[in-house]
Amino acid sequence: MLQPRSIQSSLGIRDKILSIDYILVFSILILGITSMFAMYSTDGGEFKYHTNSHILRFFVFFGMFFVVSFISIRFWHETSYLIYIGVFILLLGVKYFGLTSSGSKRWLDLYFMNLQPSELMKIGLILFLAKYYHRISIEGVNSFRYLLLPITVLVAPVILVATQPDLGTSILIAAGGVIVAWLAGVRAKFFTISGIAMLALLPIAISFLKPYQKSRILTFLNPERDPLGAGYQIIQSKIAIGSGGLFGKGFLNGSQSYLDYLPEKHTDFIFTLFSEEFGFFGSLFILLLYALILSRIIRIGHMTRSNFGKLYCYSFATAFFIYVAVNMMMVLGLLPIVGSPLPIMSYGGSSMMAIMFGLGIVMSCKIYKDVPVN
Amino acid sequence: MLSPGSGNTVIKSKLIGRRMFLITAAKAVVMVGLVGRLISLQINQATKYKSLSDKNRFREWKLAPERGAIKDFFDTKIASTEPLYQLHLVPENAKDLDNLFVRLKAILNITDRKVSYLKRVIKKQKPWEPVIVSENLDWSDFSRINLFLHELEGVEPIVSVARTYPDNSSAHILGYVSQISTKDLQTKEYLQDLAVPGMAIGKTGLERKLDEQIIGKVGYQRYEVNAYGKRIREIKIDQGQAGKSFKTTLDYEVQKFTNDLLKDKAAAVCVMDVYNGDIVSLVSSPTFEPNEFVHGLDKAYWNSLIKDDKKPLANKAISGLYPPGSTIKTIVALSALENKIIRPLDTFRCKGKIELYGEKFHCWEKEGHGIVNLRKGIQRSCDVYFYEVARKLGVDRLSETAKRFGLGKKVLSDFIEERSGVVPNTKWKKKFIGQNWYLGETLHSGIGQGYFQSTPLQLCLMTAQIANGGFKIKPRIIFDEKNDHLRNYLKYKNENPNEPLPTDLLVSNFNLKPLFKNQEHINLIKDAMFSSSNEPGGTSYRHRFENPKYTFAGKTGSSQIKRFTEAQREAEVKQESLPYKDRDHALFVAFAPYKNPQYAISVLVEHGGSGGKAAAPIAKKVIKKVLERHELRRSVNNQIGESV
Repeated sequence: MLQPRSIQSSLGIRDKILSIDYILVFSILILGITSMFAMYSTDGGEFKYHTNSHILRFFVFFGMFFVVSFISIRFWHETSYLIYIGVFILLLGVKYFGLTSSGSKRWLDLYFMNLQPSELMKIGLILFLAKYYHRISIEGVNSFRYLLLPITVLVAPVILVATQPDLGTSILIAAGGVIVAWLAGVRAKFFTISGIAMLALLPIAISFLKPYQKSRILTFLNPERDPLGAGYQIIQSKIAIGSGGLFGKGFLNGSQSYLDYLPEKHTDFIFTLFSEEFGFFGSLFILLLYALILSRIIRIGHMTRSNFGKLYCYSFATAFFIYVAVNMMMVLGLLPIVGSPLPIMSYGGSSMMAIMFGLGIVMSCKIYKDVPVN
Repeated sequence: MLSPGSGNTVIKSKLIGRRMFLITAAKAVVMVGLVGRLISLQINQATKYKSLSDKNRFREWKLAPERGAIKDFFDTKIASTEPLYQLHLVPENAKDLDNLFVRLKAILNITDRKVSYLKRVIKKQKPWEPVIVSENLDWSDFSRINLFLHELEGVEPIVSVARTYPDNSSAHILGYVSQISTKDLQTKEYLQDLAVPGMAIGKTGLERKLDEQIIGKVGYQRYEVNAYGKRIREIKIDQGQAGKSFKTTLDYEVQKFTNDLLKDKAAAVCVMDVYNGDIVSLVSSPTFEPNEFVHGLDKAYWNSLIKDDKKPLANKAISGLYPPGSTIKTIVALSALENKIIRPLDTFRCKGKIELYGEKFHCWEKEGHGIVNLRKGIQRSCDVYFYEVARKLGVDRLSETAKRFGLGKKVLSDFIEERSGVVPNTKWKKKFIGQNWYLGETLHSGIGQGYFQSTPLQLCLMTAQIANGGFKIKPRIIFDEKNDHLRNYLKYKNENPNEPLPTDLLVSNFNLKPLFKNQEHINLIKDAMFSSSNEPGGTSYRHRFENPKYTFAGKTGSSQIKRFTEAQREAEVKQESLPYKDRDHALFVAFAPYKNPQYAISVLVEHGGSGGKAAAPIAKKVIKKVLERHELRRSVNNQIGESV
């Protein structure tokens, strides 16, 4: 409490390395390596484009993770608004210069990679709101004046992403924002009221949905409605997972994915592929890894002194959990197919970048756990 | 550091911690839910999903088995499965389709229309699905294609098999094969697990009768397929089993000969071995081209077949029903003798007609035959004599004998096209027409008109059973085992003329069933038939053979289509001057050689006029052909072991 500020803010490199949460790092690495095997299997047991590029990205962003970790949490606190604004500008850029693929405009062409700013917004919004709620007093949290800005910074990107259109990501972005507000003490009443308002607006929202989005929701309600069309993905994914049984069909032997019955196996359905090849125990292994990562993040949130750090770590953990849960519930047939990647496992540079960046800030919270942010 | 805000900060961090605890609890619940779902899918329902996954993965392609051959008595194949050369094209493997078609056109005879048709098909199909460029290439085209194959990427020469018949001479009795129809699948149980798309099955004749055994056991190829239906790799192959081959009693040479003889006529011929019932020849005319049915019939050809008045698709020998006409007189006479109604030398006077029951019954000979006994009655085919005999005999006793000799019921089994005909009697009329029998109808029956209906095969069987001395034979067309009981019995009897055993006991030792009460009666009929064919005044005297090797004994007949009016009768209208459709059907039955009968024959010529003029000349030629091949046939028969 009375430690001189100067010492805390200028930790030696040795101290930094020693205060890394190695269990978290190790879990991420294991998950990353597991995902490489899964990716290798989606390429039919060869080092092809997806595998090579996934491996490269993992290590590049894993490196970035360390870089981010070693930068003081104070810096991240200070740049939070800027990061948010930067990502928001990128989102606007998508709207005007974005690449269109299969009917939606989600990507920016950065020459070395196609960036999906909506993925980054997942972290950007959490950072923004963590800082915002860190700064306002507990009494102010529920006053209308202080609700206005959070609502604005939440709704603006969500609308931009939803109109790309990318319903799944926009919902996940919104979820992250709502969680920060909840943790910061915004009353349950407020969420109830906005929830009711959303429900009231639902019919209008549905009328804005693209036909394929409507059909996805209908299909989720009854997958056998159109087994070769919209219900196909859910049915094939369930067949793949179910046929994996206790021990799975063996590495590179997942017939459902190998024979292309499984759609989007690199991205949204990577868990299905893994689950088919490694069975119930394989699935459990993945779930436990995620649980371990989550528990470490929550532990760091508990340890960190600043409320910014706590808000950020808890929110990120919860958002991370939601990404995992939504993806798994989707492939297990418990949610409609909304298109959301599985953190670290799924192929996709922007998602990997966002998650690694987010984890990096968590680790920064750990390393600089005693550093006050203001 | 203890700023006024720090207390606030602590409260805030406690609030955050509390709320996080709630969220963490919720996360745990969701985690448990996910594990529960995994347990449900991967443990509880694993079997169900495994089978669903296999159902996705594997697809089976059935392989049509090779159809068994049908051979004639001398082992000549009269229906076989021959290689068929086809040209398939897999668009996926072709680099440049347009160029390929130009090359193909240069090598084969492919029209531009066919090319544009193929291109349309290719567009509709998946690129790995083959299209058939040519269904039936001849050998020279096929070998030319193979020569240029290295330049024709994507083209695959395929050797397939198809039913092939050497010619159309036996089309009716063999039947034809054609693609399985939905109805076939519903009605025939053996096709249930056998149905291969494009497989041909027997539709008529022997092809149908033998279908279940001749078709073989279906093979299959199991492939792993991907989501788009493309075959990835072969998992298993089972070639199946070729169908059983069958040997028939038919003589292909006689079939060809007879078929040529009947060309352009609507006619039928049956030839049967009188001792074992082997059907040597069974021809119906006009015939059709059975090879045309194998690969889907040409519509124009089909129309020409069904519109033809001579009904080329009908097997007249077993499904054509004709009044037996005067050929029945042999049975009428036999029945009368057996029932002791007449004695051979009893006579009647024929004045050309008699009046009975208020009706005039005419003899075909307007002037009358004068005094007629049994022999002359048959020789001249005197109608008045048989009116008298029939009147005394009565239709019920007549029908009993006729049925015993094979009329009124199917001769072969399992031919759906075969019909049983009618042997009328009082009960039959009551049952099927609902009226009492009129005595006048007995007289019509006595000359084989009226309700009488029979097939040429029945008449052949009837004649054979008279020729062999009156023993029951079971006609057959599939040669399953040697059947020489009757010949052995006759040989034994010749070698042991003083055999003390009574005939009925003796024949039962040879597994024979006599159809007579007194064999002498049979001999009387045979003798009368001889006179009909070989003595002046006989109805087929003009077509006799002098050479005893070929001498036959026969009976003519004509079945009336339309009754002559009195006016026509007065004007002595000749059959030839009537419109084709109104002319009588000509019939002739015979057996040969007379001294040592071997074969019975029946000939029918639709609208041929009189049996003596139209049918007997055909019978004469066929009898000669059959007897010329008799030694050969017997030697083949003797080479074959007791059972085949």
